[in-house]
Amino acid sequence: MMTRAPHVEGAPRSPLHLPALHESAWLHASGEAVYVDDLPTPPGTLVGYVVASPVARGRITRLEVAAARALPGVACVLTAADIPGINDISPFSHDEPLLAVDEVFCVGQSVAVIFADSAARCREAAKAVVLEIEALPAILTLDEAIARQSWIGQPHTMRRGDVAAAFAASPVQIEGEVRTGGQDHFYLESHCALAYPQEAGSYLVLSSTQHPSEVQAKCAEVLGIDRHRVTVETRRMGGGFGGKETQGAYFAAMAALGARATRKPCKIWLNRDQDMTQTGKRHPFMSRYRAGFAADGELRSFEVDIYADGGWSADLTTAILDRALFHLDNAYFIPNLRFTGRACRTHLVSNTAFRGFGGPQGMAVIEEAMNTAAERLGMDYAAIRARNYYGESPRDRTPYDQEVKAAHNRLRRITDQLLRDADYDARKADIDAFNAQSPLVKRGLGFQPVKFGISFTNSVLNQAGAFVLIYADGSVQLNHGGTEMGQGLNTKMLAICAHELGVRLDQIRHMPTATDKVPNTSATAASSGSDLNGMAVLAACQTLRERLAPVAAGLLKVEPGAALTFCDGQVFPEGEPARAVSFAQVATAAYLQQISLAATGFYRTPDIGYDHAAGRGKPFHYYAYGAALTEVEVNALTGEHRVTRVDILHDVGDSLVPTIDVGQVEGGYIQGLGWLTREELVWSPQGVLRTHSPDTYKIPAYGDAPRDFRVQLLQGAPQPDVVHGSKAVGEPPFMLALGVLAALRHAIGAWCPGQPVRLGVPATPEAVLRAVEDARARG
Amino acid sequence: MQVKKTGCRLEVNGEVAECLVSPMTTLCEALRYELRLTGTKQGCDKGDCGACTVLIDGAPHLACLTLALTAQGRSIQTVEGLARGAEAHPLQDAFDRFGAAQCGFCTPGILMSAAALLEANPAPTRAEIQEALGGNLCRCTGYTKILDAIEDAARALDRRREAAAAALS
Repeated sequence: MMTRAPHVEGAPRSPLHLPALHESAWLHASGEAVYVDDLPTPPGTLVGYVVASPVARGRITRLEVAAARALPGVACVLTAADIPGINDISPFSHDEPLLAVDEVFCVGQSVAVIFADSAARCREAAKAVVLEIEALPAILTLDEAIARQSWIGQPHTMRRGDVAAAFAASPVQIEGEVRTGGQDHFYLESHCALAYPQEAGSYLVLSSTQHPSEVQAKCAEVLGIDRHRVTVETRRMGGGFGGKETQGAYFAAMAALGARATRKPCKIWLNRDQDMTQTGKRHPFMSRYRAGFAADGELRSFEVDIYADGGWSADLTTAILDRALFHLDNAYFIPNLRFTGRACRTHLVSNTAFRGFGGPQGMAVIEEAMNTAAERLGMDYAAIRARNYYGESPRDRTPYDQEVKAAHNRLRRITDQLLRDADYDARKADIDAFNAQSPLVKRGLGFQPVKFGISFTNSVLNQAGAFVLIYADGSVQLNHGGTEMGQGLNTKMLAICAHELGVRLDQIRHMPTATDKVPNTSATAASSGSDLNGMAVLAACQTLRERLAPVAAGLLKVEPGAALTFCDGQVFPEGEPARAVSFAQVATAAYLQQISLAATGFYRTPDIGYDHAAGRGKPFHYYAYGAALTEVEVNALTGEHRVTRVDILHDVGDSLVPTIDVGQVEGGYIQGLGWLTREELVWSPQGVLRTHSPDTYKIPAYGDAPRDFRVQLLQGAPQPDVVHGSKAVGEPPFMLALGVLAALRHAIGAWCPGQPVRLGVPATPEAVLRAVEDARARG
Repeated sequence: MQVKKTGCRLEVNGEVAECLVSPMTTLCEALRYELRLTGTKQGCDKGDCGACTVLIDGAPHLACLTLALTAQGRSIQTVEGLARGAEAHPLQDAFDRFGAAQCGFCTPGILMSAAALLEANPAPTRAEIQEALGGNLCRCTGYTKILDAIEDAARALDRRREAAAAALS
């Protein structure tokens, strides 16, 4: 197979801050890129199948697997009784058995796992498993959970000022309820894991996971062995989006259990229906709020009770609820506030991380308040937002008392530039003129600013490691703790490594993420992948360069300590490229001088922490900013709507690799658009997911791509104390899509001028049609 | 129930390969697990995501809805057969340059749908591309870069045809 270096032709020497091909571009386009299910497996490899609960909540009265076990081709049928270690797969709350014991808590919960020589035989065996469950009353909605006080964890509260007095004194008082729905990750590659038994009770597990270290820890716990006996490796995922942060551990641990029981390689691959039925999704949220605005649109008080549907187990729900609370302010200063969050336990799949991690659900509440206030006051949707931005002291304190540094707050600059470049005023006037003469089709324009906190809010997770190896021929292997799920992390890490070592990209091989290279890593999540791992890679490379510099000085016959340039595979005295020796020569010489050519790098984010009980602290290293202007067209007869143009200006600091970042912005926006306007999870009254495949669950398709999509990165905006002045990009653009709601409301509001629009989310054509009919009835 | 496996003779990317399949084995499964051509992906297993798209006698088909045995005697092309030896197909080249793949899992199916489109319609409009690719889902990109890449590949193919015509005349 041909190979190609990930270069852009004509690029200057260091690849940093320059466009680049995705590290796997050619492998993707040639079909050569390998995902777990693509790996060749030895003959005798078994495939697994999960026997899942068909009941939302109940007591297991009978579970018999002998008949299934006796079928031809079936190697084993494992239940909780077959787990030698700890039957728990939760990330930290110890409330989530890998295989059900006595009771089941949701449809799709794993009860047993079958390994056989083919998927067909697994399915036959599943029919032979005798599973009888006595159904018990189940909590299947958020409202029911709230009514019955079915909680996970403790409430989390933030307060400032006198919210009741400020509300009472506000001329514009708004009370409302905001509901946002769940969302399936719909990574194109469903969950997959392959476990090989190795000698001395050890295991190699290949897993499609964002969190190899947690998969390692969970496999070890379930097997009852130390972590050093489990190696987990992840080359790439076919999409993750948070759905493979904790959920991959299930299938990896099951495969490892199978490998232990049978001493054969065991693989579990979920088909789409299984994946959607058995794994967690974005948390649905419900919030009740009271907002008080001054007559000029200033937000004076904001009181919110916010509830997250955690599903049957805690998983990451409390952290997700925290991030929702941390983003109830979005970009706006709120002088008087009380926010209280509660996580609810229901008998649905356990909801989990999904791009934004509660942030979108939190922001949706204040954006609803902003839209309603704008409509009540007859104010422009963009103007009311800009009126409330964080600013100079004292308007620079978040609800949790972190300073929003005015010097680094780029929102006014972004807003001014975006509205000017996108021709906001003229387009808005055109749209209002169009709407005035178009009875059945209306257009709308929605502006959306975003401020998003960067760091894991559980501060200990903000650490990363790297391991860089130089071989005596000058070729390099790069390892770090982050995982590649399509977001381009590896491309960025290659750019940093090439820059720091001064080698060509084709001299570096990016290795699969593996727990035997970098231990105790955090999930690639919270948009933190390149911030944390980039610093670790940088540190490892700097160590190596410091070791190589004296060797190079010797080869170049300059004083040790003389300034040297390492660049593009060459090393030369500063300003004298003609005297260069090759990096390979330096590496060879270092080997011959018995100098270590491998180094680790480590990074932890400084100065962050949060006091949960007080609701005060500095959970975030910094904030990412961006803004979008979304234009829509709405049909009054069908409710159909489409996004006709989107302009985005997003702040990624000094982009490490701008082409990758633009891709993240575009993809994040569309995924947010899907959540807000297309994707709807429908559950039966018995708690069975009705929309468990793409025939009924609609993610955005080609026809949903905006006709005109203009994405710009903010220029000349380096971020201090982040790797090479860059900023995180994975999650923030998702929330730019919230602007579609303002755009739809602008359009629908043309049927009921001067009155608030009542639009539910997701704003599917059905929901928009209801909102249009409601507006026309009132207008 | 055990179903007897039968021999299946498939012509894939110009080469004939034989494997044993059951009557229910899909072409997708035969390609991936019997012939080890894993570029064809299994995304939803029911014809709704397009990740398994291959060309059969030049037309796009969903390999997950095609039984392997029914594909015998026909010419199958997968993503592995898209490049001509060391020369990338203009679509592959454009996908690389435009960053049209992020996680890459949907990419092979999209490339095959696009290849069929450009074969049938060398200069499609953007709307025609959206229509032809309507059965392929991507969760990472937002589609814009894919559309840009296909338009670019159409122009590259056009230049290639012009060059070939000029060489003949």
